[in-house]
Amino acid sequence: MLLRFRLNGRPVEVDVPPGRRLLDLLREDLGLTGTKEGCGEGECGACTVLVDGKPRLSCLTAAIQVEGKEVLTIEGLAKDGKLHPLQKAFIETAGVQCGFCTPGFIMAAYALLLVNPKPTRQEVREWLSGNLCRCTGYEQIVEAVLRAAEELSR
Amino acid sequence: MWKSSLRIVKPRDLAEALELISAGGKPVAGGTDLFVRLRKGVESPQFLVYIGELSELRVLEEKEEGLVIGAAVTHAELLSSPLTEKFPILRLALRTIGSPAIQAMGTIGGNVVNASPAGDSLVPLYLLEAKVQLCGPEGERELPISDFILGPGKTALRPGELVRSVFLPFLDGSPYPYFRKVGRRRALVIAVASLGALIWTEGGRVKKARLALGSVAPTVIRPKEVEEALVGRPIDPEAWRDLVPLLSSATKPISDLRASADYRRKVAGSLLLDLAQSLQNRR
Repeated sequence: MLLRFRLNGRPVEVDVPPGRRLLDLLREDLGLTGTKEGCGEGECGACTVLVDGKPRLSCLTAAIQVEGKEVLTIEGLAKDGKLHPLQKAFIETAGVQCGFCTPGFIMAAYALLLVNPKPTRQEVREWLSGNLCRCTGYEQIVEAVLRAAEELSR
Repeated sequence: MWKSSLRIVKPRDLAEALELISAGGKPVAGGTDLFVRLRKGVESPQFLVYIGELSELRVLEEKEEGLVIGAAVTHAELLSSPLTEKFPILRLALRTIGSPAIQAMGTIGGNVVNASPAGDSLVPLYLLEAKVQLCGPEGERELPISDFILGPGKTALRPGELVRSVFLPFLDGSPYPYFRKVGRRRALVIAVASLGALIWTEGGRVKKARLALGSVAPTVIRPKEVEEALVGRPIDPEAWRDLVPLLSSATKPISDLRASADYRRKVAGSLLLDLAQSLQNRR
């Protein structure tokens, strides 16, 4: 099918089988390899992207499900060569170790701050419960989200 | 990964969706369960019919008698809609489902059709005595949730039929809502056992009780004997303790990789006392 949607603010038109996974469409067809595949079955959150402002697992999404929608990936966060406050905060708090889970965490956190710009520590922890980090850097990750929330609400 | 060659079609409206389903298509909305099953190869439908955006299935509407929830309404939408304020038990249970992304993808219709004994949203539907509204080639019909779900993954859905909506009748009064699921951890967990309840009280005693247990039988169950035995009891865990064996005997659990049958039975009993305690503490 000829699939039309918006990706990181720009219109995209791509010829793709309607059953192709959004994850493969992003990574292999469109070259955006920031979105990662962890478990491939909705347990780890590494493939989290935003679709119309809501968090979505791209490994459990078919291409046809984003027709006409606005998709945001980790590549769409930095503006004019400047990192998004969430990205900056993850670096500053060392919320990144191997980095594999990081795009998923940042996109999930981005979705949280859209609905709750000033979350408590507990709210951040609960919201991120669907994202796994096997380096176990959760404390720094939670810290990063709180720091970014503060920066963004200034 | 599932096969990219998997055919998925997106019908224009409900009528076209029903034609496609009659022609052998399998409906998909959120895909949180179906796409996992396709990936594992345990299911290989001829083709899929994407119904997640059909306006007929996206309704969320209050009627005089209750709330109509379209099959393709997501858990996240139900949690944030003011229309579910009258059903706190529904919100308590939905909040425990998966992660925010899963809640934003998964739908009420999907949960009903999957008919998992561990479906977190099914416990409140049994408590609220929800009706499942179906449409198909032979017209529309409605079944109580407990008649619609027949066993793990088994429903009364006829070939060509589709769940259109779920109807929640309003309750009399404001019963105390309780939902607790027990699992190996808190995040993204599939329950070992869960208990939901609606308790009407009067003068410090139980006036009426509805209980529903998840993950301890082939379907969610309502232990009617315990519900009846609770009427007139004081709100005190000690006064409920003798009902624990009655509740445990109402369960028909299995042993699997998550827990043994014996453990599930014990947890179900403990949850009854936790309910009593939580009812006592609420004041």
